[in-house]
Amino acid sequence: MIDVLVIGGGNAALCAALMAREAGASVMLLEASPKAWRGGNSQHTRNLRCMHDAPQDVLVDAYPEEEYWQDLLKVTGGITNEQLARLVIRASSNCRDWMRKHGVHFQPPLSGALHVARTNAFFMGGGKALVNAYYRSAEKLGVQIRYNTPVQDIELEDGRFVAARVAEHTVNGTRCPAERIEAKACVLAAGGFESNREWLREAWGQNERGEWPSDNFLIRGTRFNNGVLLQRMIELGADQIGDPTQAHMVAIDARAPLYDGGICTRIDCVSLGIVVNKEGQRFYDEGEDFWPKRYAIWGRLVAQQPDQIGYSIIDSKSVGRFMPPVFPGQQANTLEGLADLLQLPRATFVDTVNRYNQACRPGQFNHTVLDDCATEGITPAKTHWARPLDTPPYYGYALRPGVTFTYLGLKTDETAAVRFDGQASPNLYVAGEMMAGNVLGKGYTAGVGMSIGTAFGRIAGHNAALASLGQPIVKSA
Amino acid sequence: MNSASQLIPLLNIDEAEVNRQLQICNACRYCEGFCAVFPAMTRRLEFNKADIHYLANLCHNCGACLHSCQYAPPHEFGVNIPQAMARVRLDTYGDFAWPARFGGLYKRNGTALALFSSLAVALFLVLTLVVNGTLFSSAVDGNFYTIFPHNTLVAMFGAVFGFSALALVIGVVKFWRTITPGGEPIEATDALVKTGGAVLTLKYLDGGHGEGCTNENDAYSMARRYFHHFTFYGFLLCFAATSVATLYHYLLNYAAPYPIMSVPVLLGIAGGIGLIIGPVGLLYLNIKRHPDHGDAAQRPMDRAFIVLLLLISLTGLLLLGMRATAAMPLLLALHLGTVMAFFLTMPYGKFAHGFYRSAALFKSFVEAKREGH
Repeated sequence: MIDVLVIGGGNAALCAALMAREAGASVMLLEASPKAWRGGNSQHTRNLRCMHDAPQDVLVDAYPEEEYWQDLLKVTGGITNEQLARLVIRASSNCRDWMRKHGVHFQPPLSGALHVARTNAFFMGGGKALVNAYYRSAEKLGVQIRYNTPVQDIELEDGRFVAARVAEHTVNGTRCPAERIEAKACVLAAGGFESNREWLREAWGQNERGEWPSDNFLIRGTRFNNGVLLQRMIELGADQIGDPTQAHMVAIDARAPLYDGGICTRIDCVSLGIVVNKEGQRFYDEGEDFWPKRYAIWGRLVAQQPDQIGYSIIDSKSVGRFMPPVFPGQQANTLEGLADLLQLPRATFVDTVNRYNQACRPGQFNHTVLDDCATEGITPAKTHWARPLDTPPYYGYALRPGVTFTYLGLKTDETAAVRFDGQASPNLYVAGEMMAGNVLGKGYTAGVGMSIGTAFGRIAGHNAALASLGQPIVKSA
Repeated sequence: MNSASQLIPLLNIDEAEVNRQLQICNACRYCEGFCAVFPAMTRRLEFNKADIHYLANLCHNCGACLHSCQYAPPHEFGVNIPQAMARVRLDTYGDFAWPARFGGLYKRNGTALALFSSLAVALFLVLTLVVNGTLFSSAVDGNFYTIFPHNTLVAMFGAVFGFSALALVIGVVKFWRTITPGGEPIEATDALVKTGGAVLTLKYLDGGHGEGCTNENDAYSMARRYFHHFTFYGFLLCFAATSVATLYHYLLNYAAPYPIMSVPVLLGIAGGIGLIIGPVGLLYLNIKRHPDHGDAAQRPMDRAFIVLLLLISLTGLLLLGMRATAAMPLLLALHLGTVMAFFLTMPYGKFAHGFYRSAALFKSFVEAKREGH
């Protein structure tokens, strides 16, 4: 029997597998996807939010624990667990040497991401390069890796992990028989349920317009996070945490693929212009704060609009001032022409733009600070970077809610143990998106998902190894 | 600006594919740390024909971005930058070749190179038979000039080399003018120094992190960089050997054959060994290369060139070792034939890549300097 079974194949699972192997356990990792799609959502990530008290290689200045905690407190609106959050924050300050040892390379921020030079360490080549490095290291250390192995069920005995069950399935036309895999300890790191359309539908329900909003959501992340294991664990009585409608959700290009659109489908010009719904009306302050800080609320905002669609509108003054979008925008020389191309009601749209234009007060436009270009006398106001849309050609980008990952998860503690009726399991641990909701009740701040996955992946792997070897587990502070 | 220069040249299918992929890359930018291509990409919002050829030649086909790409196949975006760039590079070499009609030699370059080599070797075998009567010799003094007089060789090789060098220069100048239109002032010194450094160290085969580039899978290795160094410096040493010998001949009136412990022969031996280790390694890596790397249709071009270099060094070293035997005329004909084939195909084969790449590197350093990096 192997010592530690890791279920999942992304960052948290790999951190767990590597730590367990380093602690002397024999380890098997089960990845549901084929090799080409391995790594879950980690393949779409690009950085790690890191606490540091002084400049550190690629990180400038300092980002102390308290500031990190305050940032997290702000974005989650207090729906977080301070003890676990601080544990993640502290772990982010000293995990990078370990990551480097396993082949991860860091680099200074990418062009267009200089605003996080202080807080975030970027992976050279992005998250897929990190995932590749971890898999190479795991193979070298003798971790058994199995792709195309989706776990369907967990066997428990009084809160103790006994075995994982893989249903009969077919891989490239070859039948793989059902399997029961026993292990002395187990780490669950198989992601959220964002690509389970039915679950999303159930969670989001029907709105007052009779629509099923989630039917119009795009999934920015992996198509393999169907939440099978999460659902099963909840059925088996594991303590859960979080709201199933809470997720990392951004407004992305409506033409993005249904799954795995990743970073490039984002639309970064929201704060430079206005956003209207399909009725041609504005619905939120586009200039509330710097775009990276507001990026993660716009998915929900668009989800609340009729037909779950929005339209980011800019004029040619803004071209070149934001990260180039992956698909070209609709372009017209008149507002009427743009309304037609976007299939918006012409009169309302033109009226919305005109009223906005007239409300723009003169100011010193500066996109790098919270400038004094604001509107006066309209609702909703645009409080910064408000400049009239008056320089054709005009551009429009249709927006849809894009779900990166869901926050509903299993409740855990500082040992990363799965809990049943408030009691920690002696040999079952959880990491990554399956428990991120303990720290992230709502909202998001760039790079924190990888901080949580790395911190809890490492704790879970280490403790699973100790549990399997019959040693007392470690309580991280 | 006249109206002709305002026309935007249409993209061919290879260029359109690079354009499509770069729109995706420019919205992602995760690969910015790997090489010079992506920083150069971020300086642009759109990619015209000239930009595409510039960026394609800046790409060293290290493969790091392919293995790191969240949009690589099987993703529906199907991003494979090294492959798309490789296809455009072949268009560059063909389009800018001079005389233009010889650009077609890039279409089936492996065959072309094999044909040229065979013809050149055959030519020297026949010439040897004509002047010597036999491919073997009874005289064992190791003097090549008893078969082919020095001036004959100088005339033949000088003419071919001169033409090929001229053709290469014309091609690269045309390329430079296309990717750098308009008389923008260029601060060349700094960029030239950096280009020299990047070419001589193969900086962009280091993966950006110093661990090298990918080959058969996503692991990094310095093997390609080192084997390319063996090849490149081996070639330069051989070139130096010939140059020193030429100086001896004309300045010191000191004619070949030279003893083993002489500068030209020692340089030639060192270079020849480099030109065996390097091409053997590169050929091995090329055969083991991941099937998605680069353009599979260009493997014959790559391999034909590697094999030609190997034949030159093998025949050269054999000739040196057996110059005092009866096999000397045969080996001399084989060596001269392969060298002639190399000279003939310099502007119409893989050899040209270094010149176009150097021009693209120079441009990237000029751009970076202008941007203030």
